[in-house]
Amino acid sequence: MIVIAIVGAAFVLLPLVAMTTRVNWGGFLALVTSESSVAALVLSLRTSIAATVLCVLFGVPMALMLARTTFAGQRIVRTIVLLPLVLPPVIGGIALLAAFGRQGLLGRPLELLGISVAFSTVAVVIAQTFVALPFLVLSLEGALRLAGTRYEAVAATLGARPTTVLRRITLPLVLPALLSGTVLSFARALGEFGATLTFAGSLQGVTRTLPLEIYLQRETNPDAAVALSLVLVVVSLVVVALTLRTAPGARARFAA
Amino acid sequence: MKKWLLATLAVGTLLAVAGCSAAAPTPSASPTKDSLSGSITVFAAASLTKTFGTLVTKFEAEHPGVTVVTSFAGSADLVAQITAGAPADVFASADTKNMAKVSTLVGTPVNFATNVLEIAVPPSNPARIATFADLAKPGVKTVICAPAVPCGAAAAALETAAGVTLTPVSEENAVTDVLGKVSSGEADAGLVYVTDVRGAGPAVKGITFPESGAAVNTYPIATVKASANGKVAKAFVDYVIGKVGRSVLAAAGFGAP
Repeated sequence: MIVIAIVGAAFVLLPLVAMTTRVNWGGFLALVTSESSVAALVLSLRTSIAATVLCVLFGVPMALMLARTTFAGQRIVRTIVLLPLVLPPVIGGIALLAAFGRQGLLGRPLELLGISVAFSTVAVVIAQTFVALPFLVLSLEGALRLAGTRYEAVAATLGARPTTVLRRITLPLVLPALLSGTVLSFARALGEFGATLTFAGSLQGVTRTLPLEIYLQRETNPDAAVALSLVLVVVSLVVVALTLRTAPGARARFAA
Repeated sequence: MKKWLLATLAVGTLLAVAGCSAAAPTPSASPTKDSLSGSITVFAAASLTKTFGTLVTKFEAEHPGVTVVTSFAGSADLVAQITAGAPADVFASADTKNMAKVSTLVGTPVNFATNVLEIAVPPSNPARIATFADLAKPGVKTVICAPAVPCGAAAAALETAAGVTLTPVSEENAVTDVLGKVSSGEADAGLVYVTDVRGAGPAVKGITFPESGAAVNTYPIATVKASANGKVAKAFVDYVIGKVGRSVLAAAGFGAP
């Protein structure tokens, strides 16, 4: 058992460690601070934050609906909402094109109104939100179910109105899960590649996020691609560490 | 004891999986008319997918004892793979620059085809593009390749030659991505190769322009020195640069070198 676990861990760790051996440390700073690299990093952070805000805005009500109410077709709705989690991102991109593209279902009427989503930073945020939303819904819905409705029921019998219950009881109870879900969605948005490439295009400062920049740099400047990859690995590590820090707190709270 | 057995099995499985991708199919030892037999792997630029597919089928029909395995990708990717020791016997690049990167690993390259850029527009040509300069008109959503990839370098050369500065809405990583943006109607126009327009059929309309001659991409082909079957590799290269290769490539829109 232990040996297999070690082999498994090594399997994950080895490629990442191997990558650090390819880093050109001498030129590292110059490589990651080049104009195009900085533009990509700034764009990635901007769009990922915007996508995360959208995820919280839409995801919290969605998780509440899924966890606290019952309605016809709920199982189907949950399945569809979580679909982007397992879908290859390229397919997400093709689907988004069909909806928001210039010839798309929603895109065409929007185009007539003078609103063009295609090739804009908005398209990047849409793609990122599409793939990141399930992470927030999934972790929050799970926490809501685990927390149960006991405290909410007590608060309601004591005269608290539904909004007060939500604000004072429900959300504080699942706050750690909300935080870890938010961090996970942010991480997923930051790493988004396939849907962005298919749906938004690739232009420096507008739609070329860090993963797209890495993919492009690989063609001519592998050193820069490796250096930027390392930056993204470090950011991801911090994100995962943050999530793990909040997760045990969540369990402690439920136990209380 | 049991733990070690399981671990060995796990590692063994990994190795077996890794082995699969590298192993080439062994042809059945059938009597052949000619002296050629065995298997070769051809690494070719993505833009050669259709033509080389046809050529391989024809080549195999002429030499029943030979199996040709193909791997199509961007030339830069193929160069990276060959440098890393991938088992290639023949390499066909979409530009001379990438072939030069592996000059120490391959035999003398022979130029076998040329390709020029053409404007691709959706069939209805919504932005009414007629000339290269039209691509720079305000409001026209033009998509080209990023300067880092061969088709983007060619586009940049055309801009200089035509004295037109394009402001593309997207700079894609591959010419196929440009074509996709045009055929889906996302972009009003894109710069792709003549062969891409012909290969896309009715999905896009091609518009030729006089400046296109300023950026001609030359395709070189060479045998890989490390090849275990140099004789077949050489025969395949000769086939591509020969009469049959010439006619198949010309039919797809490639120019003569």
